[in-house]
Amino acid sequence: MSFKIAIASGKGGTGKTSISVCLQHFIKNQLTDKIQLVDCDVEEPNDLLFFPNAKKKKAHKLTQLVPVIDKSKCTFCRKCADYCEFNAISIIPSASIVHVNSNLCHSCGACLVACEHDAIKETELPIGQINFYQEENHIKLIEGELKIGSAMQTMVIKELKKYVDTANKIILYDAPPGTSCPVVETISDVDFIILVSEPTPFGLHDLKLMVELIKELNKPFSVIINKVGLGNHDIYDYLKLEQIDILGEIPFTQNFATQYAKGELLNNIPEDISDEFEKITNRLKKEIYA
Amino acid sequence: MSNIIITSSGNELTSQFDKRFGRAEWFCLLDNETKKSRFIKNKFVDSNHGAGTKAAELMIELKVDKIISGDFGPKAKELLEEVNIQMVIIQDSTNIKKIVDRLIV
Repeated sequence: MSFKIAIASGKGGTGKTSISVCLQHFIKNQLTDKIQLVDCDVEEPNDLLFFPNAKKKKAHKLTQLVPVIDKSKCTFCRKCADYCEFNAISIIPSASIVHVNSNLCHSCGACLVACEHDAIKETELPIGQINFYQEENHIKLIEGELKIGSAMQTMVIKELKKYVDTANKIILYDAPPGTSCPVVETISDVDFIILVSEPTPFGLHDLKLMVELIKELNKPFSVIINKVGLGNHDIYDYLKLEQIDILGEIPFTQNFATQYAKGELLNNIPEDISDEFEKITNRLKKEIYA
Repeated sequence: MSNIIITSSGNELTSQFDKRFGRAEWFCLLDNETKKSRFIKNKFVDSNHGAGTKAAELMIELKVDKIISGDFGPKAKELLEEVNIQMVIIQDSTNIKKIVDRLIV
């Protein structure tokens, strides 16, 4: 069985990707090379940027099924539109209009059940793809890539997770930002959640939202405070009050940020940062092998 | 002979013009011939998905020729364009009566 860890944050730009990429590096060096990184930020997957020598092994196209209504068979009874929870079907008898909005369709198939006149068929609509990458002795990465214009993030993440290679000991999910459906989908089946935050008012605000969400899902979690040295002390007061463990603290250094911007996150990691990641990995080890 | 819809936050002529289409609380239906107006509640104002689509469907059923609102979402726009309902965008913070007065000349 793989141990699945999600790296999530609420606020965007706190360092989910930096920490995911670094963690896979340190876990591979310290614990096991049976680790896979899964980029679940399907709207703009970017983990690949930090592995310039990774080769694309294959890609798998994803589609969703959407209804197509045959106007010659349709009696304009509106039953399909009534069944549709997402208001994706418009039937207007007075104007003989039959309209399917694929952006609203969630591919549930209820309209097919509703139609008594065999007027509805399904067709496949592309929503994105899953990309598989490998860099010898360095990285096993899969990423979900949402097709531009599609709103089916959650569906892409759900499919992506089916392609995770469970022969690995550890799976790291780099989660999308926010606290909505795509994040819930990402963290729903993990064993442990790492919340990445920063000591700013915005970072704390969104951390609270994430903590509320995780409490509802009843998952174990702890917090990495990134960019330590910026902002204020409020986040520490909050974590103490809520009795939430701090898994690690990554200092803010311009040098490290510059390397990130160049896509060279794993080259010459500053010593204070690499020390902290080693500690984090050791603490994680206790969770993983508990 | 034209039916005009103005998106409204309330059901009186003194109500504030609502700049949203699908999420407007009320629709003021103005018959440009008789100059009479009536207010229709937007049943789908709190719908989780497709409020704009539902509002557009209502416009088609009401045989509206022109809609005055602050903006139209892409899904509503797609349907309204298909049936050639004119979409008029104004950005004034005003009330329904003042818009009606401008229409009836």
